[in-house]
Amino acid sequence: MNDIASKVLKGDPRSIARLITLAENSSHEAVSAMKDIHSHTGNAYVIGVTGVMGSGKSTLISELTHEYRKQGLEVGIIAIDPTSPFSGGALLGDRVRMMELALDEGVFIRSMGTRGMLGGLTSAVYDAVEILDASGKDVVIVETVGVGQAEVDVIKIADTTLVILVPGLGDSIQAIKAGIMEIADIYVVNKADKPGVDQTVAEIESLVNIECSNMGRKTPILTTSAKESKGIVELTQEIKKHKEYLEKGNEFEVQRRKRYEAELIEIIRKRLMNFIFDESTFKGKVETLIDQIGKKEVDPYTAADEILGKILK
Amino acid sequence: MEKKIRVLVAKPGLDGHDRGAKVVARALRDAGMEVIYAGLHQTAEMIVETAIQEDVDVIALSLLSGAHMTLFVDVTKLLKDKNMEDVLVVGGGVIPKEDIPALKKAGIAGVFGPGTPTDDIVDFIKKNVKK
Repeated sequence: MNDIASKVLKGDPRSIARLITLAENSSHEAVSAMKDIHSHTGNAYVIGVTGVMGSGKSTLISELTHEYRKQGLEVGIIAIDPTSPFSGGALLGDRVRMMELALDEGVFIRSMGTRGMLGGLTSAVYDAVEILDASGKDVVIVETVGVGQAEVDVIKIADTTLVILVPGLGDSIQAIKAGIMEIADIYVVNKADKPGVDQTVAEIESLVNIECSNMGRKTPILTTSAKESKGIVELTQEIKKHKEYLEKGNEFEVQRRKRYEAELIEIIRKRLMNFIFDESTFKGKVETLIDQIGKKEVDPYTAADEILGKILK
Repeated sequence: MEKKIRVLVAKPGLDGHDRGAKVVARALRDAGMEVIYAGLHQTAEMIVETAIQEDVDVIALSLLSGAHMTLFVDVTKLLKDKNMEDVLVVGGGVIPKEDIPALKKAGIAGVFGPGTPTDDIVDFIKKNVKK
């Protein structure tokens, strides 16, 4: 077995960190290690946390983690923030809200930039989840970027998806209902210390009643105040209930299968794009075709055929 | 994919003046780096533990309380203990000129005082990053 892979399996923090970096950089070293660890994954329960900017996702995750630590569980956290489309840089600031967890050996926090990926996640998030899973974490929490309407990719990776809302969104709840309002396994109205909580809960409730009238499970709505550590125990209980619900039918298998499907597609996409845009045989060709499209010497579809034709033959 | 330089920006100690750290964090972001912003009141242990988990290439410390001789050096000592001397450490804040040689000797590779153009810090990091 690969040296870094065997250290990851032993839970060595530095190797976990290194392997995530290698995976983020699509390094060849990462591939052999990822192959080695896959058979050791599948034990961690994955919780996705999504919601609008400033809804308190990071603070809530910090509180949730404290609660899981009290239960003796080890926690991995992946906090994703946007990468600038202009500079390629990123300011990853979620850790600021998780400061108290910095020295807990049972907690591993990793910040990741989206690096051009849309949908609220980052390409290497599947690798990062597998790595933390293989390292022995019982729970892996994935925090998406602050989302708008359609960044719903988190459901592909999470066993339980929490959608975090705050009081006072008012009509904007109506506005976002076609996007993130469809993906929640549990709604959390955070910042319940602020006025307007009842109204927000009522608005979500009316939405849930319409959408779930013909399904077996009604999506629960919880209120929390992460700042005041309120509602956190109830939230962990509700997550547990959802887990039991998944495990009762075959939904858990279905859910996991969705993740592996998304992971496989992402690996193929990444490799294919790297092949076309990085390999020297294609690079010149691609550049020439882009110029030709601009000059109207060739149309974009014919250009795509020229590139893909070589691969698909 | 090209490797990105990952930088941890942290403020050790008790002073609450984080504007400088934020200006630097943003400048590094604009230079294409991934900046992990840890914020205020960090101990050396927290900084080094975060540096491990985030697998950073650079630690950028900011301090305006005057305790740089202790708190900056605590970080480099701990890095040495943990065999992490491949992490580049830079520091900024109100640091008297006469302290700079001792800080450099202690492993703070670059020291940047008030008025330093952010480009200087970016260039220094790009030239000196070790990993």
